[in-house]
Amino acid sequence: MTLLEFRDVHVTYTGSRGRIPAVRGVDLTVEAGTTLGIAGESGCGKSTLAMAVLRLLPKTAEVTGEILLDGEDLLAMGWGRLRAVRWTGASIVFQGAMHSLNAVQRIGRQVAEPMLVHDKGLSAAAAAKRAEGLLERVGLPASRARSYPHELSGGQRQRVMIAMALACDPDLIIADEATTALDVMVQAQVLQLISGLVSERGVGLVMISHDLSVLSSVCDTAAVMYAGRVVEQGPAREVFAQARHPYSAALGAAFPVIGDPASRRNPGGLAGDPPDPARLPEGCSFRPRCAVAVERCGEAAPELLHIGGARSSACFVAQEGEPVVIG
Amino acid sequence: MTADGPTPADAAAPSGAAPSAGRRPGRVANGFGRYLCKHVAGAAVSLLLVLFSSFFIFRLIAGDPIDQLTKERPVSPEERAALRAELGLDRPMWEQFWDYIIGTLTMDLGDSFQYRRPIFDLIVERLPATILLSGTGMVLAVLLGFWIGTRTGWRQGSRYDRGHVAAGLLLYSAPTFWLGMIVILVFARYLGIFPVNGMRSPSTPPQFWPQALDIAHHLVLPVLTYTAVVYAGYLMIMRSSILDEIGSDYLTTARAKGLRDDQVRDRHAVPNALLPTVTLVFLAIGGIVNGSIVTEAVFSWPGLGSLFVQAVFYPDRPVLQALFVLFSASTILAVLAAEILYWFIDPRIRKS
Repeated sequence: MTLLEFRDVHVTYTGSRGRIPAVRGVDLTVEAGTTLGIAGESGCGKSTLAMAVLRLLPKTAEVTGEILLDGEDLLAMGWGRLRAVRWTGASIVFQGAMHSLNAVQRIGRQVAEPMLVHDKGLSAAAAAKRAEGLLERVGLPASRARSYPHELSGGQRQRVMIAMALACDPDLIIADEATTALDVMVQAQVLQLISGLVSERGVGLVMISHDLSVLSSVCDTAAVMYAGRVVEQGPAREVFAQARHPYSAALGAAFPVIGDPASRRNPGGLAGDPPDPARLPEGCSFRPRCAVAVERCGEAAPELLHIGGARSSACFVAQEGEPVVIG
Repeated sequence: MTADGPTPADAAAPSGAAPSAGRRPGRVANGFGRYLCKHVAGAAVSLLLVLFSSFFIFRLIAGDPIDQLTKERPVSPEERAALRAELGLDRPMWEQFWDYIIGTLTMDLGDSFQYRRPIFDLIVERLPATILLSGTGMVLAVLLGFWIGTRTGWRQGSRYDRGHVAAGLLLYSAPTFWLGMIVILVFARYLGIFPVNGMRSPSTPPQFWPQALDIAHHLVLPVLTYTAVVYAGYLMIMRSSILDEIGSDYLTTARAKGLRDDQVRDRHAVPNALLPTVTLVFLAIGGIVNGSIVTEAVFSWPGLGSLFVQAVFYPDRPVLQALFVLFSASTILAVLAAEILYWFIDPRIRKS
C-alpha cells in the first residue's frame, strides 16, 4: 500500500537574491512498512523536502505539486485538517535534538503534549503515563520524564525525539539526520530502535542522511538527490554497492571501506562545490564536477529513467549502459 | 559541542555512583556561597558609594541652608548663629559626616529643615501612597507591555506590530508632566469623571469601603499617566526577546506536533522569551519607590515623589540626602535580588 507519494514536487524560496529553486520536480513513493533513504550532500534539498511534507517551511517557500499521505494531498488541505494530520499521520525526528527540544519544559511534558493536543479525551495523568512508557521503549528510565533537556546527553536527547515522534502512533516517520550528531555506538542503538519500529508496527520511514553506511544498513529503497533533483533511485544495497550515476558513485567513494587499507588512506573525494541553486548550469547540473560527462550533458538535463531492474538513473551515460566510474 | 555518549550527569543518575553523589551537594552549596558573597559584596560597595556621595553632592549644590531658611525674613547674626547651632551645622565637617553615616545606618535620618520633624517618620507616612501609585502602575505597565510585546514580536512587520510600536514609542517619549496635564484636562475638567488631584476627598465617610473606593477613584488618572509613559519600555524588551526565539528549532517541533499558532507562542515561545526579562522586572520593582516623582508632582499625590520635589524647591537638604540614599538603595537591592534569582532559574550560571 502506498503510504506517501511525492508527485512533481517543487520548492522555491523567494529571497533577496530572487527566486531560488531548492527542490525541482521530485517523484518518490514510500510503501507502508518500508524504509526510503534519501541521500545527498548539504544543500541538495533533502531537508527541504522533509519539511515540505508537514508544511513546516517558512512563508518564503513556495511548494507546488502534490504530496499524498494515504491518498490525501497535504499541500491542498486546510489548516485545521493539516494540524490534525501533523504528528498523527506523520511525525518528524528532527536533526539537531540540541535545539529541537524546549529548554524550559520537562521532557515528559514535551513528549505528552502531542497526545493531549490530538486526543481531547485523554487525561493529563494518562498522557504522562504513556510518555513514561515511550521513554522506556527508547531505552531511557521513566524518571527522565522529570528532567530538563540540558540534563541529558546528546544521545539521550535524540532518543527523546524518537519517543516524541512515536507519541501519536503515526503511519509515517521522517527521520531527518536523526543519527548524524551521535557517536557510533549510540548511532547503532538508535538505528536498531528505528528499524525495529518499521518491522514491528508497519510504519513507513523516510530516512534522510548524508551517511551512506547508515542508509544502506537500514533502508529498503534509496534515492540520491543532487541540486534539488533525484538523480538515482533503486534498492538501497544496489544503489550504494553499484552506483548508476556518477554522483552516487562519488558519494559512495567518499566513505572508506572497512577492512580496505587502500580506500582508508585515500578516500575518494569530489572536486568542486555543489552548484549555486540560483545559477544552475545548463543541461545536467552535475556536469561541471562529472568525470564521465559527454557532449550531450551540456545540452539537456537528463530525466530520471528506468535503466533495468528496479533501478533508475538521471544520467545519459548510465542510460546508455556505459559505466559511470572511470577505472 | 559536547553531546554524545554518557556525560557525568548520566553516570550520577542511576542509583549507584556513591562517591560523586556524596561530593556533589557540598560543591553546589560552595558555588552558591561564593556567588552570593560576590554579589552581596558588590551591592555593599555600591551602597557605601551612594552613602558617601549623597553627603557631599547636596552640600555642593544646595548653598548655605541658613540663607534658605531665613530668606525674606530680617534676622540678626545672633539668631543665625543660634539656628546654625540648633541644626548642628556649626560642628566640623568630619563630625557631621560621621553623624550622618552612623545615623543613616541606624535608621536615624535626622530632622527635616522644612517640617522640623524626623525624616524617618515623613518617609514612613508617605511610602504607602507611593507604593500604591507606582506599584499599580508598574504591574499594569509590565503586564500590558509584555502582553502586547509578545504579540507584536510574534507578527513582526505586520500592521499590528507597526501600529503598537509607533503608539508605544510616542507615549514613551511624551513628557510625563505634559501627558499628565492633558489627562487632567480631558478626564477631570471636560469630562469631569475623575478628581483633578490628591489622594482622597475630605467629604468621604471614614469607613473602610468608602475610603478605599475614594482612593481608587483618585488613583485612576495618575496610574493611567504613569502606565502610558513606561509600558512601551517593557513592550520593546519583550518584543525583541520574542524575536530572538522566532525561528528556533523547538518552535518548529511544536508546530509539527499540530499545535495552533497561539499555542506555539504561549506554551513554547513565551516561557523562553521571559527568561532574559527577569532582571528588568526586578529593576522595575526597585523603581517602584522612586518611579513616579513627576507623576506625583503633577497630581499632587502625597507620596515620596511630592516630598522629593518639595525638598528640591525648599531646599531641604537632609530630606534630599535621605531620599537619594533610599531611591538608590531600593534599586541596588532589587538588582541583587535579580542576580540571586538567576542562580535558581538559569542553570548556565551554576556551571560557570
